[in-house]
Amino acid sequence: MIALEKRPEPSQLWSWLTPPLAVVLTMIAGGLMFAALGKDPVEAIRTIFWDPIFGEFAFYYRGQLLVKAGPLILIAIGLSMGFRAGIWNIGAEGQYIIGAICGAAVGLAFYPWASFIVFPLMILAGALGGFLWAMIPGILRVKFNTNEILVSLLLVYVAEFILASMALGALKNPDGAGFPGSRNFRSYPSGYNEEIIAGSGMHWGVVAAFIAVIFAYVLFARHQMGFQIKLAGQAPRAARFAGVNPSRLILFCLGMSGALAGLAGMFEVTGPAGQVSIDFNVGYGFTAIIVAFLGRLNPIGILLAGLLLALTYIGGEAAQSSLGLPAAAIQAFQGMLLFFLLAVDVLTNFRVRFGKREVA
Amino acid sequence: MTDLLTLTGLTKAYPGVVANDDVSLSIKPGEVHALLGENGAGKSTLVKMIYGLVKPDAGQMQFRGQPFTPAEPRAARAAGVAMVFQHFSLFEALDVAENIALGMENPPKMRDLAAKITDVSNAYGLPLDPSRLVGDLSAGERQRVEIIRCLLQNPKLLIMDEPTSVLTPQEVEILFKTLEKLRSEGTSILYISHKLEEIRRLCDAATILRLGKNVATCNPRQETARAMAEMMVGEVLHVPERTPHRATEVALELRGLSINAPSAFGTSLKDVTVTLHRGEVLGIGGVAGNGQDELTAVLSGELPAAAGHVFFKDRDVGPLGPNARRQIGLLAAPEERLGHAAAPDMSLTENAALTGTIRKSLVNNGFLNWGLAQKFATDVIKDFDVRTPGAHTAARALSGGNLQKFVIGREILQRPEVLVVNQPTWGVDAAAAAAIRQALLDLAAEGAGIIVISQDLDELMEISDRFAALNEGRLTAPVPAVGLTVDQIGLMMGGAHDLEPANA
Repeated sequence: MIALEKRPEPSQLWSWLTPPLAVVLTMIAGGLMFAALGKDPVEAIRTIFWDPIFGEFAFYYRGQLLVKAGPLILIAIGLSMGFRAGIWNIGAEGQYIIGAICGAAVGLAFYPWASFIVFPLMILAGALGGFLWAMIPGILRVKFNTNEILVSLLLVYVAEFILASMALGALKNPDGAGFPGSRNFRSYPSGYNEEIIAGSGMHWGVVAAFIAVIFAYVLFARHQMGFQIKLAGQAPRAARFAGVNPSRLILFCLGMSGALAGLAGMFEVTGPAGQVSIDFNVGYGFTAIIVAFLGRLNPIGILLAGLLLALTYIGGEAAQSSLGLPAAAIQAFQGMLLFFLLAVDVLTNFRVRFGKREVA
Repeated sequence: MTDLLTLTGLTKAYPGVVANDDVSLSIKPGEVHALLGENGAGKSTLVKMIYGLVKPDAGQMQFRGQPFTPAEPRAARAAGVAMVFQHFSLFEALDVAENIALGMENPPKMRDLAAKITDVSNAYGLPLDPSRLVGDLSAGERQRVEIIRCLLQNPKLLIMDEPTSVLTPQEVEILFKTLEKLRSEGTSILYISHKLEEIRRLCDAATILRLGKNVATCNPRQETARAMAEMMVGEVLHVPERTPHRATEVALELRGLSINAPSAFGTSLKDVTVTLHRGEVLGIGGVAGNGQDELTAVLSGELPAAAGHVFFKDRDVGPLGPNARRQIGLLAAPEERLGHAAAPDMSLTENAALTGTIRKSLVNNGFLNWGLAQKFATDVIKDFDVRTPGAHTAARALSGGNLQKFVIGREILQRPEVLVVNQPTWGVDAAAAAAIRQALLDLAAEGAGIIVISQDLDELMEISDRFAALNEGRLTAPVPAVGLTVDQIGLMMGGAHDLEPANA
């Protein structure tokens, strides 16, 4: 018989061991799935995890790694603050879109003025846009006790319509011969989020992500606000007893995650995406939820998880083109990762005992 | 006469803990047998085995001379074992008769059942109207529903799990009359409690459990309460020393404080007026759920009051939050240790920072000084003899008594001018309880004003200078605790509602 018994304290060792264990289990289960689809599992796993970093075309993929990981990490860091406090911002995708629109709009308003001040203003506008969009569920929750999960999620769809309207209307490229989409920032150097080192994928958004990781690490480890966030998430009554103001905490967490998601959107639309188009968003805001949990809501963990998930995206695309794996199989593979992570999570708080239960 | 129930070598282990280790006891017909022990000593596990809720790992039970292995409570009830739980399982939206019918295998027609309920309640002096909604009943009356439900089965053995914890002294008196009548009719009672005076009065024999083991069997009438307490804890007890209080300046004053309960199940406070002096211990008694939690929350600042009702050294502090109150020296320790006074999964260092940041200056420009926090936690652990591997241990890994010592110690070491504690020794072993009471008295001797809210009347009589009682959100005028009789206390707590002793 297999029995689970609760540990007196959560195991530190296992909380660090479970993510790699989940990755290994995903590889095994995913390999079985690929084999069932008639592909060589070893080949497929190698294409997904190895080739993008060390394979023949790694020079291209390596840059993509940071391009994809940057926004994921930036958004996930913001989300992790709320998630730790039990405040569930599911609408980072919407804040990402609004941040992108606001940042781009400020840049386009200055077009074609060439000045070093344009890009910093765009950054501020992007953060502010995401912040304000996240304030909607925040203020509704604080004032009327609405559910921030629903409100933030539904606002994603509102944001998508605003995006479509902007791409087809206010922000449409006047010189674009009627095609939807804004001016391309590649042709406006003052507002373009350029690669800092050519070919590395390192743009300002990735820099911002690294800064966010350090900022969040210090916040959680040393700052009173980080302690209050943790306290509110683990023991809400104790938090009130400790003098934590729940409304302030909700607004801080939602505002922070909104601002970071807005930044991510702004860096994306003015860099890798290049222009405001109807569908420039590819779901980073949702994937970042997985990244936040895969990284155990820990800044360093999120950094690694963001890189890992970016790798499965890039490797997944490579496997689709070179091995002919269906896109759905890649998505299922990514889903397995979260599934196994949550499943082995139980080992942090419980230990497994084999054999018959005996009298201790 | 042969024994009614004999337990031989009962053993039950849960992962990581042996709840019962080779426990033997026997109950004679018509005997009130006490089962004594601290929280966690294994009392509940033992009675759950008798009632068929838990299966023993080893050992035998014999009931009326036959081997007894109830697979489920139904089998135990069929054999003649009934149990009144500490927490009632009643539906508030149904009336008394309906609730009782729900627990029966073959309920008779409602009219017959109602008549039977009235008969039994009259016979045993437990007045109860079968047509009243349970939601309208007091805790004492709800307990009577449970008792009558059991009596309708004509049990040979009645198990009662801490029945007096929800009763006023008068209600306790009535209950004891009922139990004595049952005994005279030959029904045996297994009576679980840790209130020693009660057991000395009521019980014919006592089995004392400690850490799952049967450590002693005695006749409680021939032992002192103190001797039994020492058997329970296994060490010599230290009785708190009292220095009499002389009236001094006012530390805290409540003037006509009324406040709505924050939750639907709470109790609103109504026109609470009281003065606390420096160096004084004010004991506040009352049956649970009469506004204790709300009063604690208003005093700690978790439930801010309107201006003009709460005064700390003549300063209006009603609207201030918990941290602003800590700043000026008004500290509190709520009843619930895990999840309210302390965060279960956090280390003791983090829990020290939970309330200590202001008075212990643990924060500098918003940044926590974890080194200082750890030192503070270590000081609490050392000064209050908290048994734990160290400050890094999670709060939930501590036993109730040790965590309570930590929680109280954390507030006392912050040198409060006024300290409010709710149930400071609830579920705490006798030795730790004595240490906590002594620490509170020491703090008062240094000039702090202390409010102790408790349901343990012995505790309040032991440490209070003045006593007041909460009853449905109203606070009685405080009276000197010296010379107060149980009757007077009972009247202050709201007395007994429509109760009469059993017709013996």
